[in-house]
Amino acid sequence: MQNERSRSRRWFLGLGAAWSAALVACQSKTASPPPAEPRALGAAVSPYGSRSKFEKTARYFNQNTKVPLEEASSRTPLHETYGIITPSSLHFERHHSGVPELDPATHTLTIHGLVGRPLVFSVDELKQLPSKSRIHFIECSGNSGGEWRGGSTESDVQRIHGLTSCSEWTGVPVSTLLRECGVDPKATWVLAEGADASKHDRSIPMKKMMDDAMVVYGQNGEPLRPEQGYPLRLLLPGWEGNSNVKWLRRLKVMNEPAMSREETSKYTDLMPDGSARQFTFELEAKSIITRPSGGDTLVAGAFCELTGIAWTGRGTIVSVEITTDAGATWAKAELQTPVLPIAHTRFRFPWKWDGKDTVMASRCTDSTGYTQPPLTELITVRGMNSQYHNNGIQAWKVASDGKITNGNRA
Amino acid sequence: MATARKRLLRVAQGVGLALLVAQGFPKVAQDFSPAVLAQSPTFGVGHAPNPALLQQIDIDVTPDGKGLLPGSGTAAKGKDVYTRRCETCHGPTGTEGPQEILAGGKGSLATPKPQKTVGSYWPYATTLWDYINRAMPFDHPSTLTPDEVYSAAAYVLFLNGVVGEQDVLNEATLPKIQMPNRNGFVTDPRPDTPIKRK
Repeated sequence: MQNERSRSRRWFLGLGAAWSAALVACQSKTASPPPAEPRALGAAVSPYGSRSKFEKTARYFNQNTKVPLEEASSRTPLHETYGIITPSSLHFERHHSGVPELDPATHTLTIHGLVGRPLVFSVDELKQLPSKSRIHFIECSGNSGGEWRGGSTESDVQRIHGLTSCSEWTGVPVSTLLRECGVDPKATWVLAEGADASKHDRSIPMKKMMDDAMVVYGQNGEPLRPEQGYPLRLLLPGWEGNSNVKWLRRLKVMNEPAMSREETSKYTDLMPDGSARQFTFELEAKSIITRPSGGDTLVAGAFCELTGIAWTGRGTIVSVEITTDAGATWAKAELQTPVLPIAHTRFRFPWKWDGKDTVMASRCTDSTGYTQPPLTELITVRGMNSQYHNNGIQAWKVASDGKITNGNRA
Repeated sequence: MATARKRLLRVAQGVGLALLVAQGFPKVAQDFSPAVLAQSPTFGVGHAPNPALLQQIDIDVTPDGKGLLPGSGTAAKGKDVYTRRCETCHGPTGTEGPQEILAGGKGSLATPKPQKTVGSYWPYATTLWDYINRAMPFDHPSTLTPDEVYSAAAYVLFLNGVVGEQDVLNEATLPKIQMPNRNGFVTDPRPDTPIKRK
């Protein structure tokens, strides 16, 4: 069945059949002695919770770079988060000119342009309108971008793929707001603009705005974090991160795209013939094994659960397949319910490692019938300079000493 | 929940906007200014923008030049603006960095080492004006006068050989500039991988 294709392709490392049918396992934990009976009171109640002092999980960002940290990225520790919701404090960041400090008492959203009735809404007024809560991922289109040129064997899942996060977002459908403003039904584009220093702006097709776009103020049950656009951001389910404009201050209804810097010179995909694809909004189906992954060490013979996340900007994940024998065979992983549209989907796969070199990977299929391709197939079509929108299969190489490294570099 | 349902019922029964505003949204009801005419018809929130404030934030510029502010500049004048406000990040000739490379890269897009500069990649001169005006200099955005923006844009275009040193850029001339990569962009054709694996 699907194995025939996989065998014929040998897509990641060109590995021979000698590496097939490996059984693999995770590192075992040493047991620690039980704690003494508590004889002292614990801490009192507190107004706002914080995590245990023993937990150190953090976003990763490169501090030794010429890129100013105000326009840098920080990446979600995908290997150290569980389930499908990313804690707000660990949601990835990508700013273009720093995080502005906006007062919700004075910040407003202005809707104007091709509307019968331009309107300014306060944050409080938006909160009075009929609301919706939806669980959606946001992924930066530059996520996994280093892999176009082979990536680094030293890299791990956080550094390669940490520009995706998933939250429950609460807000108002943009369609509600546009209708209240008497939008011109023939208008085709809406410019969304932030109140950050660079006034980050993207032109969005009207169809998306009327379909499922939202102006959100809530994230995981509380107000948006400043890094995520407090007090208001645009949410375009399944579309590349930077189009979900943070610190949203303005929506202008237009009949053409503004051709802003971020939709011409940036976030466009350069092809081998020198042309560039523009307005590449949807994020295609993608999955990654997040644990164990690059940097982890396996122990032969011990039980090990492979787990990871899958997502698609075009609908719902319907299946995730795992190979632990370098693509010779694929078997279905279990999907954790609920499986939600345009959301991270958690998958699991029980496993044991037999101590031999191998490659493990996941691939997903979404509700449109599209299956995540090998990175080599994407490179065949798009070359190595497209920089953005890499949804290719992530291969993890397992060495005979159990060490896992990035296996995309053949 | 129950209150919300009651509100909806009232609307459905045609009790109307006045009651909805008065009972459902007391903050608005207390403020019956002339702006109420511009409020959203269904929910009675929002107000008409103050024209002066709207003008302040309505900064975008489209390829036809709509949105450009009155003013003018030349590359000759722009050299001074560039040296004072741009050179630290972009280098003496726009090719040195340490930040974004602005000039050069002509003919490099289809090679293994493409250089995406204003001259080699950007399709519209209006985008350059807009971006300098909205976001540059990086640490002091929106501090250049319109004349300085025209001049800085002219200088960057001059470094790329797109305009001459004395060419005057203004609301009329800037949108007419034909950028070298104007026709370099195509729309998204994905999915583009050869096999859809059912």
